[in-house]
Parts: sequence; C-alpha cells; structure tokens
Amino acid sequence: MSPPEDRWLDEDAGPVVRPYALIRGRTRPAGKSLDVIAMVITVRGAWPDPVDLEPEHYAVLRLCTLPTSVADLAADLDLPLGVVQILLSDLRERSLVTVHHPVPPARLPDPQILKEVVDGLRRL
Amino acid sequence: MAYAGSDRAGVPVTIKILVAGGFGVGKTTLVGSLTEIRPLRTEEPLTEPGTHVDVLDGVERKSTTTVALDFGRITIRDNLVIYLFGTPGQERFWFMWDELSRGALGAVVLADTRRLAGCFPSVDYFEKHNVPFVVAVNCFDGARRYEPKAVRSALDLESHVPVVLCDARQRASGRETLIALVEHALERMRRNAERPSRVPAP
Repeated sequence: MSPPEDRWLDEDAGPVVRPYALIRGRTRPAGKSLDVIAMVITVRGAWPDPVDLEPEHYAVLRLCTLPTSVADLAADLDLPLGVVQILLSDLRERSLVTVHHPVPPARLPDPQILKEVVDGLRRL
Repeated sequence: MAYAGSDRAGVPVTIKILVAGGFGVGKTTLVGSLTEIRPLRTEEPLTEPGTHVDVLDGVERKSTTTVALDFGRITIRDNLVIYLFGTPGQERFWFMWDELSRGALGAVVLADTRRLAGCFPSVDYFEKHNVPFVVAVNCFDGARRYEPKAVRSALDLESHVPVVLCDARQRASGRETLIALVEHALERMRRNAERPSRVPAP
C-alpha cells in the first residue's frame, strides 16, 4: 500500500467517478433490475475468469458466500444501488451467483410468518 | 423444519417495509431507532430527470444530484428478516418509490401535525398503489398534540387505515408503529382472501 500522500486521486475527484468507471458508464443492468431485498448467493465452486472481472465483482462473490440482500451489498460495499445492480447482472450472466427473488407478502406460503413477525417485534 | 424459509435452502424470507412522509418529518430517525445495524444511507445518483412528476428546470444535465436512501434491518429470527427503507422525501424521486414499493408489505407514513400537508403525497401514493399503510403522527417536542381522530379527518383517510401516535426517537414507540402496520396488512390480506367467496362476481 502506498502512503496516503502518494495517492494522485484526492477527495475532490468525487465519490461517483470510480463506481461508474467500474461499470463502464452503464446505468442499467442487462435484464430486469433486482428487488432491493432479493437475496444473492455465490455459486459454489464456480471459477470466474479473472480477466473480465473487477475487484468489486470479487467483493460481491466473497460477501455472497452467505445469502446477502442487494441492499446489504450496496451498504457493505459503499456503492450506489444502481452500481450494485449492474455488478450483479455481470455476475448473473456468468452464472457466478444465483438470486432468490422475494416472495410478495400476499403470496407467502404461510401466513403464519406475519404473525411471527408481530411476535418477534413485540420481543424486541 | 416446516417454515417457509427452509424450502429455499436456508435463504431468509425478507420483508420490506417503507417509511415515508414529508421532508424532515423523522424518517431517518425512525429507521435509525429500529435498525439492528448502523443505519445506512446509500447515495443514489439521479441519472434521469425525475420522470413525469417533476420538471427539473435547469438541472437536467446535472447528473451528480444524489438522493439518499435510508435503510435498516431487523432480524426476527434465523431466516426471517425485515428491511426498512426510508423513501426519499421529494416527489421527484417517485421513480424510486415504484421500485421500492413493489412487493412491500406496507408503509409507515410519518406525519408532523405542524406541517400535515407534507404527508399528503405519500398518502395519495400508497392509496393509489394499493400498498397497506398506517399514519404515524410523530410527536415532536413543542408540537401541539392532536388526537388521532383529528388527524384522520384532516387527511381524509379511509376508516380502516390506522392512525397512531409515535416518537420516532424511541425504539419501543417505533416498534409499536411497525406492529400496527403488520397487523393492518394481515387484516387486509385476510379480508382480501375472504372477499371472493362472500361476494360472487357480478
């Protein structure tokens, strides 16, 4: 690691430059954008081609060895949701992650779940 | 195990609840007092002029405008997690609301009785999009206390929409607000499930 004074990039470069360079200026993911509470899981044993992935892609793969929501990814990586969506679409295209879409509340397999939510909140 | 989380190979069931209301009404505070993780904000660059709802005169090319999205998490148990999202206050960010409200269990609309009009757009939005919501009157220090009944009539709410008093700074109070919302959503689901059998199609 180079000492901070050697860095040629300073705060004035702005926080947005790096994330959008990383996704090469794309603003929309290929395909449908994911719900903020969709859960992402890294496919076990998948071998990414190191040439076409950025460090942030690897960061996603590392975090998602345990199921992680899209919103949590944005927060943990300190990246805008839009950028995370595009990183995820890259990884999905390469079959490196699987996504579990949230079940709409009205279609929860078991309405008991919402009663559990109420009880759980009471215990907080 | 028999609960729904287990048939998806240990993937948690996630539930989304929105916190809406006018600017400065306490959305960030409410999310912050309920979340088990440090309250998070992600800054979303505004890359499109706010679609149909607003004209961003003079800022059309200003792509660095950001909108903050508050976000918090409450783990109910293993494999059952609530996510809270504070919706961006201004109406020009409604394109984000559409995405956030899709599949949401419901919304808490925070209201400040000193500026009740601030929550009109949120109430309209959730009514129009059929998202269950409760109105939570945030009891600010120094604000005159109004009865929920007065707030209900001022907002012209349908009778089934709960109105509760809350203090967004207090975890216990925020928790009661969420409970009121989840119970309201449950009740609505129950009613919707009963409706087809009771009212034959015309």
